[in-house]
Amino acid sequence: MTPIPEAAPAALTKDAGDPAAGAPLLSARNLVKTFPGRRTRTGRAAPAVRAVDDVSFDLRPGETLGLVGESGCGKSTTGRMLVRLLEPTGGSVTFDGTDITHIGQRALRPVRRHVQMVFQDPVSSLNPRHRVIRTLTDPMTVQGTDPREARARAAELLEQVGLGAEHLRRYPHQFSGGQAQRVAIARALATRPRLIVADEPVSALDVSIQAQIVNLMERLRRELGLAYLFIAHDLSVVKRVCDRVAVMYLGRIVELGPRDEVYARPAHPYTRALLSAVPVPDPAVERTRERIVLKGDLPSPAAPPGGCTFHPRCPKAQDVCRTERPALLTVGGGPREAACHFPEAG
Amino acid sequence: MSTAPTTAAAAAGDRAADRAGEPPLLRVRDLRVAFPTAAGPVRAVDGIDFTVRAGRTLGIVGESGSGKSVTSLAVLGLLRGAEVSGSVELAGRELRGLPDRELAKLRGRRMAMIFQDPMSSLHPFYTVGEQIAEAYRVHFGAGRRAARRRAVEMLGEVGIPEPARRAADHPHRFSGGMRQRVMIAMALACEPDLLIADEPTTALDVTVQAQILELIARIQAERGLGVVMITHDLGVVARVAHEVLVMYAGRPAEQAPVDELFADPAHPYTRGLLDSLPRLDDDPGVPLHTIPGSPPSLLAPGPGCAFAPRCFRAAEASGDVRARCEGTRPDLVPLRAGRLASCHLPLADGPSGRPSRRPSDRPAGGLPDPQDPTPAPEGTR
Repeated sequence: MTPIPEAAPAALTKDAGDPAAGAPLLSARNLVKTFPGRRTRTGRAAPAVRAVDDVSFDLRPGETLGLVGESGCGKSTTGRMLVRLLEPTGGSVTFDGTDITHIGQRALRPVRRHVQMVFQDPVSSLNPRHRVIRTLTDPMTVQGTDPREARARAAELLEQVGLGAEHLRRYPHQFSGGQAQRVAIARALATRPRLIVADEPVSALDVSIQAQIVNLMERLRRELGLAYLFIAHDLSVVKRVCDRVAVMYLGRIVELGPRDEVYARPAHPYTRALLSAVPVPDPAVERTRERIVLKGDLPSPAAPPGGCTFHPRCPKAQDVCRTERPALLTVGGGPREAACHFPEAG
Repeated sequence: MSTAPTTAAAAAGDRAADRAGEPPLLRVRDLRVAFPTAAGPVRAVDGIDFTVRAGRTLGIVGESGSGKSVTSLAVLGLLRGAEVSGSVELAGRELRGLPDRELAKLRGRRMAMIFQDPMSSLHPFYTVGEQIAEAYRVHFGAGRRAARRRAVEMLGEVGIPEPARRAADHPHRFSGGMRQRVMIAMALACEPDLLIADEPTTALDVTVQAQILELIARIQAERGLGVVMITHDLGVVARVAHEVLVMYAGRPAEQAPVDELFADPAHPYTRGLLDSLPRLDDDPGVPLHTIPGSPPSLLAPGPGCAFAPRCFRAAEASGDVRARCEGTRPDLVPLRAGRLASCHLPLADGPSGRPSRRPSDRPAGGLPDPQDPTPAPEGTR
């Protein structure tokens, strides 16, 4: 029956670029997730896939951390472990000082109030048989809010995301993709969370709609002091919304740092290649810019290359890269870290 | 057995373009496609004109439902059960109305297509070598052995390592990027003059996308191939296209050379699209500009400009001008420097007349509520 308290607004004033500022809201330490290999028809067990391999980072209150990488790099798996949709194989997740890595569903419930998720496909992430009002009130009543209060708040939530009370009685199929994503965001906001894990929240939307949702998420963050973990493959979108960026490759973070540094002076050769591969919507820029085209494909995470996993595609690879796995270390004295034997000096 | 002849225009696309009197590689005029549905015809493409010359790339951009893919299928004559009208000329020869047998001789041979999802366009049961060889045997009457040699040669040309061994593999053994290379090898095995690529890199990661775009560009330069690149990604268009056609709701919004289009768009929709893109090289501090609302239903198009309900120019206008946007469909007319736009209120020329990037939170002067669901949901009680 207790109303859900407002998120702590203290988050708004901190300096996102300073690693020493305040205690982290969420910490991931040495996270590992392996999926058992499927048995083949001949009965041989396929090798286990190490989807996430020793991933550590902190997320501070009110901060947006971008998790970028190509398909299969483990970014979604990481996001799902943070909200405990997947059980980590190893490592730990701490939310607001509490270790939530292996706690039971009952103990998890108060944490779930503060950590919510938004998915890529808005239509399939909403229950098609529930009207919007039920989609929005369920998370609140589960958390013990009075149903009448929850209904009143549902209307408020819709206004907060740019819809109106007239949409409360509608079903998901009656919305366009952009509107459905607004409903999904409203649902995530229902319990007044402090952190939202957004997994590719705009990549299923048309260009003209993407901008609407990006602006909405930015505004909500400002107004509510939210922290986001923003998982995306689109580097241009990530640059727009994130304070810090973590670049993943084959289950590991290869570079982590403040956005402007990572984008302006990428330290890891993979980050450089990734950035140079993104087409810029300007023909004059496209004709003149330097482009690094990587050789080959992403190796299978079931059989990652030895040493640095990027070495077969890396233009700078030396002997040591084939044998020794580089640790994520500070580069150029700054807050930035890269896992490379030969990082570009910042 | 004949070796595949290259076109006279190969590697000299620009010269061919200048030669007066020679018909362009592809000329499409007033193409219209309607799909009959229970609720009435859906006009997926409603009057599109364009030409593609040898060695040149036309980019067709638009959001989902704008008709860009349907256009390409109509060009190849692959739409059954749809009402298609207009003219499609390949090197001066009219394709519309050709019997299926005749069309089949041209498809794959003179014009080829690659699709977004290479897995669903490759047959899972046959090896990729067999699939590449098949078209070559059909079009050139080549024997099994020669066709297989050709398949291996093509796989090598598109950058697949160990082509002779890989030709014996089935599609599931290839990664997404490699499958797209196989599709390209298959499309180019018969040395077509025209390649239609429908979102060829949308399903791929950016580093692999860069490889595939580079491959298409290399082959185009070597053979003087005409390319139609259909995409929703303005970045891809900026990278590969010479000319651009922007589509909205099945109609052409703007057609222009690529530099002019990006530097100085004339249609408010083009302007809006460019402004709403997050870019690697822009300032993240400024909020993104948005186009309010969402694309219209094609089932019951209004009498006016399809973009008018979302258009800032129409919203600013008043009286008769506004009435014209809402009541009369604008024709595609030449504006300046080889550019065409279908707009009653095109944006002015040059930087002086160029409006600033428009803030999204400006007072919505008579604009319909951006959140109003434009495709009126059925069953609202």
